[in-house]
Amino acid sequence: MSARDQILHAVRRSLNAHGADSARRKAVAHRLARHPAGTIPERGQVPHRDQVALFRAMAKEVQASVDVVESTDDVPAAIADYLRAQNLPQSLRRGGDERLAALPWDTQKTLEVTTGASAGDDLVALSRAFGGVAETGTLVLLSGPDNPSTLNFLPEVHIVMIEADDIAGDYEAVWNRLREHTKGGVLPRTVNMITGPSRSGDIEQTILLGAHGPKQLHIIVVGTNRPGGKGSRR
Amino acid sequence: MSLDQHPHVGLFITCLADLFRPSVGFAALKLLRDAGCRVDVPRAQTCCGQPAYNAGDRRDTAAIARQVIDAFEPFDYVVAPSGSCAGMIAKHYPDLFDEKTREHARAQALAAKTHELVQFLADVINVEALDVKFDKTVTYHDSCTGLRELGIRDQPRRLLASVAGLKLAEMEESETCCGFGGMFCVKYADISDHIVAGKTDFVRQTGAEVLLAGDLGCLMNMAGKMQRQGSGPEVRHVAEVLAGMTDGPAIGEADG
Amino acid sequence: MEIRSPDFAKNSSRALHDAQLQRALGNVKLGFIAKRRKAIDKLPEFERLRDEARAIKEHTLKHLDLYLEAYEKKVLEAGGHVHWAADARDARRIILDICREADAKTVTKGKSMIAEEVALNPHLEQAGIDVVETDLGEYIIQLRNEPPSHIIAPAVHLNKEQVEADFRRCHTGLPDGRDLDEPVQLLGEARAVLRQKYLDADVGITGANFLVAETGSSIIVTNEGNGDLTQILPKVHIVIASLEKITPTLEDASQILRVLARSATGQEFSVYTTLSTGPKRPGDPDGPGDYHVVLLDNGRSAMLGTPFEDMLRCIRCGACMNHCPVYHSVGGHAYGWVYGGPMGAVLTPTLIGIDKAGHLPNASTFCGRCEAVCPMRIPLPKMMRHWREREFERHLTPVVQRAGLGAWAFFARRPRLYHALTSMSAAVLRAMAGRKGRLARLALARGWTRFRDLPAPQGRTFQAQWQSGKRA
Repeated sequence: MSARDQILHAVRRSLNAHGADSARRKAVAHRLARHPAGTIPERGQVPHRDQVALFRAMAKEVQASVDVVESTDDVPAAIADYLRAQNLPQSLRRGGDERLAALPWDTQKTLEVTTGASAGDDLVALSRAFGGVAETGTLVLLSGPDNPSTLNFLPEVHIVMIEADDIAGDYEAVWNRLREHTKGGVLPRTVNMITGPSRSGDIEQTILLGAHGPKQLHIIVVGTNRPGGKGSRR
Repeated sequence: MSLDQHPHVGLFITCLADLFRPSVGFAALKLLRDAGCRVDVPRAQTCCGQPAYNAGDRRDTAAIARQVIDAFEPFDYVVAPSGSCAGMIAKHYPDLFDEKTREHARAQALAAKTHELVQFLADVINVEALDVKFDKTVTYHDSCTGLRELGIRDQPRRLLASVAGLKLAEMEESETCCGFGGMFCVKYADISDHIVAGKTDFVRQTGAEVLLAGDLGCLMNMAGKMQRQGSGPEVRHVAEVLAGMTDGPAIGEADG
Repeated sequence: MEIRSPDFAKNSSRALHDAQLQRALGNVKLGFIAKRRKAIDKLPEFERLRDEARAIKEHTLKHLDLYLEAYEKKVLEAGGHVHWAADARDARRIILDICREADAKTVTKGKSMIAEEVALNPHLEQAGIDVVETDLGEYIIQLRNEPPSHIIAPAVHLNKEQVEADFRRCHTGLPDGRDLDEPVQLLGEARAVLRQKYLDADVGITGANFLVAETGSSIIVTNEGNGDLTQILPKVHIVIASLEKITPTLEDASQILRVLARSATGQEFSVYTTLSTGPKRPGDPDGPGDYHVVLLDNGRSAMLGTPFEDMLRCIRCGACMNHCPVYHSVGGHAYGWVYGGPMGAVLTPTLIGIDKAGHLPNASTFCGRCEAVCPMRIPLPKMMRHWREREFERHLTPVVQRAGLGAWAFFARRPRLYHALTSMSAAVLRAMAGRKGRLARLALARGWTRFRDLPAPQGRTFQAQWQSGKRA
């Protein structure tokens, strides 16, 4: 018997069950297909405008900085301003994401923008978030051909653009969008939920930012709100 | 069970109060009678069985439990001046017997009518205030079983607040274990000592004149430690203060 | 890892007298308890989420075989591999084989208690592979050749001066005069040293907080980002996880995630929660080319259907340790194996045997605080008592204790004799104490009187006074 069969057999023996039991199979298939949501904290169950405000507040609580701009057209300037204010060079690396590519980069002549994954020598990276969760100020980023995961972790400064419409109240709302996005197929290789910049408390329980990942997380929220948004769970 | 004006209470005296501090028993008697209860103390009680239970000896525990059930079954309520012993009867006795047996049903019935003294006064009899005086600053330790198994936290504080002249100075970490733990304090004496030493530091920091709690195990542990350390407030069972019976020496103190 | 659990008493004695350790343990109390309280107070739904989390795990365990099959199917669909390991030896062999296949010279590792459980590092090192722990705490203890002392804060037993000394000893080639007084400087140095390791690594090994059956994803939860760099840079990602990490859906994982970080570090959410599904896809510019999951049983299947099944709900948050007075006193190493504190006191005997781990479930005051804070509502004291019962049944309880207990029970079951004995004891103790009201030494209670005075009985027993008609 293979190790697999041995283990499954041992589990069934302990449970006093057998795999063919149709009631058990049905219960499992049902849960996997319906993915019931359980308890959703009230704090995120507010109008979309308030969800965006909550998202910003929660992100700041975990030491991210947050900027708000009216439209995607304003993003390159906001980035240039941020870099200047932080005394950082006007240079960043980003993925080929079409919404990032469509930004009016030519408005910032001094800003040097390269594209592709990071090999570890970039100071600043820019990514686009697939979603945001107001409940805890969490960004959700998907990996893909135009969205390298290395950009989320190797650079010291991580700038993330998120459209206000993509901010939801709770994680479950993002999972439902993700299911639509993948049309029920396989998830992207990496889904990063990011809540603030990297940190460690491993030395004397003193929390320090920038353990292995970015020391700074800067979020640019585009647009403020639209009634409804994509913030409802179903 | 009809709750008449004068419920019949069986006082579970507890082995520690019986041997070391009978005044706690008399304080409990007074409090219960003042609250309108008829109280009896069955002779056929020794201990709740916790020493055996926590040592993994289920057989002896069950035998002792049967004895307690026999002795206390006739009463409207079982009341113990200890969260630990009351918790043993109220939360663990039913687990000692196979479900669906008569013994299990009897254990459950007894469990349902068993209470710790202060909780009984505050929550069952609805005593709101006591007509006693105690002109001292006290601090209160939340004994673990009472706190976490029976939810005793506000009741003693509420009743203490009604005692004339009494001031409560809360200690840091009043909900942290004192390190007694029954046989633990003897089997792992040095760990227990470390824990109680931390506890007595917090007690002294309050500047209180009296340390109170609802369980003699914890009280003897903390009193014994502070006496060994040579400093700290006097130590009493909360029932003594609530009953206004504080004339005698505190725990481990010399007569007169 | 060498088993030192039988020496718990000796280990704990040493720990109590270790001034460095005692100073470090102070941080556990300060760091974790208040932060957890604060996070929970901010979430009114917390208690309901605990119930949900427990129900999810109970449901999952009852259907574990089916969820394992569903999970495996999804991993395969995503292009990953699933390996089943019945025990630690299997897991080590499987992982070494994958590393050899990848021609691995350097392996980076995210923090994994399961890897500790199967003693993975020594096995890979013996095969000539350079294994680098990347979680800062794990990295520090790796330099010291020590096991973790806490399941989420492996180096919580250390002070910064000790870390500084280790860095100076191990990070050769850096200027001797460099300033390492502050934690931030230590962190900066570790970051720089480890950065190169991430880039050099051929294989990255992580644990998993969840294995999601719905999607075939493994989820890790970290604050540093080390687990991410460990898995996206090397060409192979290996996940090692025990069976009970299975969680049905993303929604189910979300319910449990809501209680995990709050219980563990008092954060509302950890910084990085990462779902990994299979290897990188065609066109992906980064990510591992191969993705392997090693599913470890190592005794879990045998816990199902027993009184210890509840322990399989454990999500390794460490709240039980953070609130345990015994853990606060002696730290994690005293427990003598991988898992310490209350969860270790229950789990370790199932993994190394109660004959070796007998002290662990006994070294508890049963204060119940572990159960009170456990997000998964695991009745830890109850299960420690189960172990004590098994020891008693198997006559593993120490002879002296057993004899004493037997004598006591003999009297406790005979009220008449008992009252005679207590009356006599009251008189004797009272006489010995004289007018002092307490005893400083008592041969029969040495464990007590070594550290404390014993209050003497007030006089006659309550029962004797009651019987002779004295009334309040």
